[in-house]
Amino acid sequence: MPVTVHLPTVLRSHAGGAKSVPADGATVGEALTALAVEHPGLSGQVINGDGTLHKFVNVYVNDDDVRYLAGLDTPVTDNDQVSILPAVAGGAVPLPPPLQV
Amino acid sequence: MTVYGSVLDLIGNTPMVDITALSPNPDVRILIKLEGQNPGGSVKDRIALSMIEEAEKGGLLAPGQTLIEPSSGNTGIGMAMVCKLKGYHLTVVLAANVSPERRQLLEVWGAEIIDSPGEEGSNGAVRKARRLAEEHPEWAFLYQYANPANPRAHYEGTGPEIWRDCPEVTHFVAGLGTSGTLMGAGRYLKERNPDITVLAIEPPAGELVDGLRNLDDGYIPPIFIDNDGADLLDGKKIVRPRESIEWTRRLIEVGIFAGISSGAALAGAAKAAETIDSGTIVVVAADAGWKYLSTGAWTDDLDVVEERASKITYF
Repeated sequence: MPVTVHLPTVLRSHAGGAKSVPADGATVGEALTALAVEHPGLSGQVINGDGTLHKFVNVYVNDDDVRYLAGLDTPVTDNDQVSILPAVAGGAVPLPPPLQV
Repeated sequence: MTVYGSVLDLIGNTPMVDITALSPNPDVRILIKLEGQNPGGSVKDRIALSMIEEAEKGGLLAPGQTLIEPSSGNTGIGMAMVCKLKGYHLTVVLAANVSPERRQLLEVWGAEIIDSPGEEGSNGAVRKARRLAEEHPEWAFLYQYANPANPRAHYEGTGPEIWRDCPEVTHFVAGLGTSGTLMGAGRYLKERNPDITVLAIEPPAGELVDGLRNLDDGYIPPIFIDNDGADLLDGKKIVRPRESIEWTRRLIEVGIFAGISSGAALAGAAKAAETIDSGTIVVVAADAGWKYLSTGAWTDDLDVVEERASKITYF
């Protein structure tokens, strides 16, 4: 079973309008890289060309921001929920749908 | 009882209440700091007073001065109250979809309101306020997202109060907006005890509150960058609208009528409590529940409230 990646509104058009998509990988970085291979429009949107996380993107595994875990090397396991959220001013943080665990 | 010379003297020194009865781990104490006890009704009274008095010291505010500020509500309300008492005029740029009580309170304190598009959320309010401030250089723009007097209010107020009342604190949990509370109080607490864990909670807002055209339109508050926020914080969690409302309702069981962002912060604190053996978590309740009655958060069906939460800016 792959992980589920929840996309913010601004990225959905690159994945056929889907709110969430499956992706395979042992780490967050691997899953997001695999996702960009499947949906080339996402390439460079979340992970920069130099392999770092886009400045204005926050990525969460389940509830936790990966920047405070192991970054893109944060391990993921089957059924983990990976959420990509744009960094916005406080008071307007868009959220993915509730976790379906 | 002390007699105070001004309502402004009532800002700060808020009480903390032990709500361990709600802790999912009996060995983890949870204390909640009730910022709704401030006279303007929220934690933002602290930065409103701090930013305005700092601007006065810097000679930026003439009598009758107009100030402009983007706010999803509480900062605007706090500043409007302080401006009323000090003889300034406040214009608040407000996302159009905030709860009606916030709008009414701004009117109560005599602030002028300029709407920004609801679907652009706080980002839109910030953008519009910055544009208006550029067009009107005669207005004072204190800009809570970048003003060092914001975290300083918490470094000199909130943080020392927590340390005074609860030196055994092991975890400090607060919502992340401008990041002022976390940067100021978090830094103060870590300076006293570097082992204290500082956790940020991303408060929920609806999916629809997403006016970004592309990711490069994102925004990180200058305060967060200036204070090395990524180094200061030990973790950041997202909390979803449903859990926020559930925990806001649980607070009623211990007699606390708090705003929905307080439920979000408590939800995050509860998750942290589950992952540690023992400790004392201090969580900030940014405001009380009055401004959210119209959302039906306590009284309507949870599914209905959750759906509504995707369309309203609560914070």
